[in-house]
Amino acid sequence: MLGPGVAWYLGIAAFLFATGAFGVLIRRNPLIVLLSLEIMLNGANLALIAFSRHAANGAGQIFALGVMAVAAAEVCVGLGLVVAINRRRLALDVDEFSELRG
Amino acid sequence: MLAITAGGVVVWIVWVAAGFACLASGVAVVSFTNPFFSALALIGNLASLAVLYLLLSAEFVAAAQVLVYAGAVMVMFLFVIAYVGPRREPPWAGGPSWQTLGAVLAAGAIFVEIVVVIGLKAGGRLEKSPDVGSVFGSPGWIGRLFLTDHLLAFEITSIVLLVAAVGGVILGSHTRRAVRGEMG
Repeated sequence: MLGPGVAWYLGIAAFLFATGAFGVLIRRNPLIVLLSLEIMLNGANLALIAFSRHAANGAGQIFALGVMAVAAAEVCVGLGLVVAINRRRLALDVDEFSELRG
Repeated sequence: MLAITAGGVVVWIVWVAAGFACLASGVAVVSFTNPFFSALALIGNLASLAVLYLLLSAEFVAAAQVLVYAGAVMVMFLFVIAYVGPRREPPWAGGPSWQTLGAVLAAGAIFVEIVVVIGLKAGGRLEKSPDVGSVFGSPGWIGRLFLTDHLLAFEITSIVLLVAAVGGVILGSHTRRAVRGEMG
């Protein structure tokens, strides 16, 4: 394998996951919380693909594609919620949403 | 031998550029005040991740990443941000400072935990990866895996997407009815 070893890719993946977790914890705008969630998912994807390359096994890549589909589903529902909140003229602040009533 | 070394140097340069772009845009997503710029930074993050996937010989996943993520999902994000309106918020303000400190500690703990666990469990075995042929990661190979070994996961993924689409429609229609009820 040319270039850096798998461990370097795993380091990037860990940093991305930690960055996304930090964003989810610190930001209040639900849109940016969703974007940070995407970063976490992508960090996990990078680790999956790096291990898939290391083990020369395709299951990791299949799993990564599944994660992508789940991320698309999550964005669909999450953005639907954001639009619904915005239609009700509520503040876009995750600290305000403490109850899930219809 | 010289050609192999030169190829290795090129791969290293591409890796450093893509890895740095990946980390920097990831930090940018979290720290921009305007969600619009955050979404644009995430597109850069996804593109540099696709380059890393190519280096790991996952060609089909890289293509899907650019098409599905940077193409479809991020366009939807940008539409919703434009619909909601770009409202700025200072990234670290609005809460008590112990929340910021706690978030930094938690993110640092997660990072250290991942690195330590991977290092302990697989540290010695990550040095050398076996060579794989050009078939590895190609669309035909992925498609064969999906339709043979991982058929159940493939079908369940379609159900998950269907449920998410139905959920999006229900969220939208329910709100419309509720708003009309409040107004009339």
